[in-house]
Amino acid sequence: MVNWVWLFLILSGIVFAAINGRMDDVTQAVFEGAKTGVTVSFGLISVLTFWLGMMRIAEDGGLLRILTRAIGPVVRRLFPSVPAGHPALGYIMSNMSANILGLGNAATPMGIKAMQELQKLNPDKEKASAAMCTLLAINTASITLIPTTVIAVRMNFGAANPTDIVGTTLLATIVSTAFAILLDAWFRRRHSRSSGA
Amino acid sequence: MYGLIAILSAWAIPALIAFIPLYAAYRKVPVYESFVSGAKDGFDTAIRIIPHLVGMMVAISVFRASGAMDGIIGLIRPALEAVGIPSEVAPLAFLRPITGSGSLAYTADLMKTHGADSLIGRIASTIQGSTDTTLYVLTVYFGAVGIRNARYALKVGLLSDLVGFLAAVAVCSVVF
Repeated sequence: MVNWVWLFLILSGIVFAAINGRMDDVTQAVFEGAKTGVTVSFGLISVLTFWLGMMRIAEDGGLLRILTRAIGPVVRRLFPSVPAGHPALGYIMSNMSANILGLGNAATPMGIKAMQELQKLNPDKEKASAAMCTLLAINTASITLIPTTVIAVRMNFGAANPTDIVGTTLLATIVSTAFAILLDAWFRRRHSRSSGA
Repeated sequence: MYGLIAILSAWAIPALIAFIPLYAAYRKVPVYESFVSGAKDGFDTAIRIIPHLVGMMVAISVFRASGAMDGIIGLIRPALEAVGIPSEVAPLAFLRPITGSGSLAYTADLMKTHGADSLIGRIASTIQGSTDTTLYVLTVYFGAVGIRNARYALKVGLLSDLVGFLAAVAVCSVVF
C-alpha cells in the first residue's frame, strides 16, 4: 500500500501540475523535497546517536532487563508474539512512556530500537511482522499527555488559556489509539488466517 | 495537573540521563565505551533512513507544489461539510497524515485568522495533538530496519488518523 500511496502522490502531482501549468514548480519541488529528506535525516542523526548511546548503557547496565521484567500485562498482551523477557518489550515500554510524556525526540530513537529488536524476531526481513505493525499503530495514534508544540503555538497566538486543549486532546487521542489497537488486532487476525504467518 | 506534568516532563530527561549511567557504573559497566558503541548504531541507523525519507519527501513536495493537494482538499471539503465538520478544519484531515510541518503551519494559520480561542482554533489544536504524521512515522520506523512490505500498517494508521480527526471535532464541539 505504501507503494501505491507513493505512486499516487507523484502521479497525481504531475497530472495536476500539467493542468495547473506548474511543471517548473514540480521540478523545483523534486529537489526541494530531496533536500528536506536529507535535512530531516541529518536532524535525526543527533537524537539517534545520543539516545541509542544512552540506551546501550541502560542495556549493558541491566536496567532494560529490569524494565522488561517489570512490564505490565498490557504490553505483553499487545505483543503476544514477542517472548516474555525479550529486550524488545523494554524498548517498546520506553517508547510508549516517552510518547505519553511528550518527549518526542526521545520516543523516536526508542521506537526505532524496538523495531530493530522486533526485526531480529521477524522471519521475513523485508515484510513487517504483526508486532511491528502493532508498534507502528500505537505510534501513529500518538498518545500524548501534553501536546507541547501545540501549546507553544497557542501561546504565540495569544490564547487566554493555552493548555485548555489538553483535556480534549487526551480524549480524542484515547479514542483514536483504542481504535488503532482494535483495528490492528482485527487486521492481524485476518492476515494470519489468509497467509498463515 | 498541568503544572505537575510540565514539571515531570522537564525533569524526565535530565533525571534519566543522570540515572542510567549512574546505575550502570554501579553495576561496573564501562559507561562511556557503552555509550559510544550504542551511539555508533544510532548514527548508522540515521544514515540508513536517508533514502526512505528522500523518496517520501520528494513525493510529498511534488504533490504539494503541483496544486494536487489543494485540488483534493477542495474535493473532500464538501463531503466533510455534509457531515457537519467546519470547512476550515477539513483540510487538516488530509494534511495531518502527510506532513507534520505543513499541518502545523496550517493550524497556526487558522489560529491567526480565527483566533486561538475560537472553536476552529481549538479543534485544529486538538487534531494536531491527537494524531501523528503517519506517513513520516512509517517511513522512519520501517526505513530504519529495511522493511519494504508494510502490510496493513498504513491502512491502520490512516484509518485511526481519520477516527482521531472525527473524535477531535466531536469532542471539541461538545466541550467548547
